[in-house]
Amino acid sequence: MTTQREITAEMGAARGAYEKRLADGGGVEHHPSRAYAPYRSSVLRHPHRPLVAVEGDPEAVELSGPVFGATDVTALDCDLTRQHTGEPLGERITVSGRLLDGRGRPVRRQLIEVWQANASGRYAHQRDDHPAPLDPNFTGVGRVLTGDDGGYAFTTVKPGAYPWRNHDNAWRPAHIHFSVFGEAFTQRLVTQMYFPGDPLFPYDPILQSVTDERARQRLVAVYDHELSAPEFSLGYRWDIVLDGPSATWIEEGR
Amino acid sequence: MPDTPAFPPTPSQTVGPFYGYALPFPGGGDVAPAGHPDAITVHGVVHDGAGAPVPDALLEFWQGGPGTGLPGSMRRSPVNGGFLGRNGVDFTGFGRVATDADGHYALRTLPPRTPAPLPYLSVCVFARGLMHHLYTRVYLADGEDALLGSLEPARRATLVAAPEENPARHRAYRFDIRLQGEGETVFLEFH
Ligand SMILES: [Fe+3]
Repeated sequence: MTTQREITAEMGAARGAYEKRLADGGGVEHHPSRAYAPYRSSVLRHPHRPLVAVEGDPEAVELSGPVFGATDVTALDCDLTRQHTGEPLGERITVSGRLLDGRGRPVRRQLIEVWQANASGRYAHQRDDHPAPLDPNFTGVGRVLTGDDGGYAFTTVKPGAYPWRNHDNAWRPAHIHFSVFGEAFTQRLVTQMYFPGDPLFPYDPILQSVTDERARQRLVAVYDHELSAPEFSLGYRWDIVLDGPSATWIEEGR
Repeated sequence: MPDTPAFPPTPSQTVGPFYGYALPFPGGGDVAPAGHPDAITVHGVVHDGAGAPVPDALLEFWQGGPGTGLPGSMRRSPVNGGFLGRNGVDFTGFGRVATDADGHYALRTLPPRTPAPLPYLSVCVFARGLMHHLYTRVYLADGEDALLGSLEPARRATLVAAPEENPARHRAYRFDIRLQGEGETVFLEFH
């Protein structure tokens, strides 16, 4: 099996290659390359051909997007600690922030879905069979619609780190998976939020697939003491910015 | 030339292998109202670069047009928090289907009606190993279209679903997705 040392060397080489592209006048790469070999599952799952650009077509179906509303979420969906009869184990946290577009405008009334491992680092998924305990009081799934200011908030427990089989001694830093809809299908985003100061960051090929340092930092939430609730939970702030055109951008003559 | 966004985007990350208890929902692929006589089935297999089926892909479908864009794709019960299914009447235009252990998916929907002259379904592909989702389109027939017209014939063919000839598969269309290599599906980016 590949060692961590080999994976770390590959990740360093990918960062070096990106820095050279930047120095040669290349643009900032905000998203990971789909061909990021240190994450072994990507090797056979990324297109070899360049993507085909669709530009300036105001009729494109992708410039509109699905709509979700009050029927699609329930009031308790944003509190992952209240989905069972008892309290889940772990450190209770609240994660809140705003959903924005590339101009900093709030993205209103859109669906955010989250899923995560429990405090021990175990998913409520049959294929996650690593020997950490399941928590009968925690499933780890939540949903919310953003408010008029683009705001969202979840109450949950801090997920644990967990091992995986990408390479020998591979561990994922603690993270919450996010699925986000914008006003247009082109703004769709699935990503992961991390916790500040995690010592596993440099070893993780999924986080390191974002080779731009500043872009990578945008995946890490900020601990905000103002958001901590006395004798209840620790507060983290994480704003999400969507990429990609929407019909509004076209109307404005972009 | 688009300006650099003042607010740089949040990077994409893979959906990973364990979304299965979070994102798929019952009836996610049943977009057509129950019993609708015009309903079609679009189905196929997602393949990786070695030709192997991808058993953990998640496909999302979106079609615009008149009457679409309603909420209610994943209606939930305020009583127990479970899924209620669609209301059986309205057409939301949004579908979400995970591939099964054979890499197969099926979507039951109404034929897309926009844009003219050649309507299509928009598809967004997620999978373990895919760092950033991929967009493609399902056209139910070849024809006059700016995107199709810009592609060489073999590439163009990857976006056109084939009507099933087997009468047991009434109103069904075959649309396979190849992530890499021989017969690689055309994937899109939007500016
Ligand atoms: Fe995970």
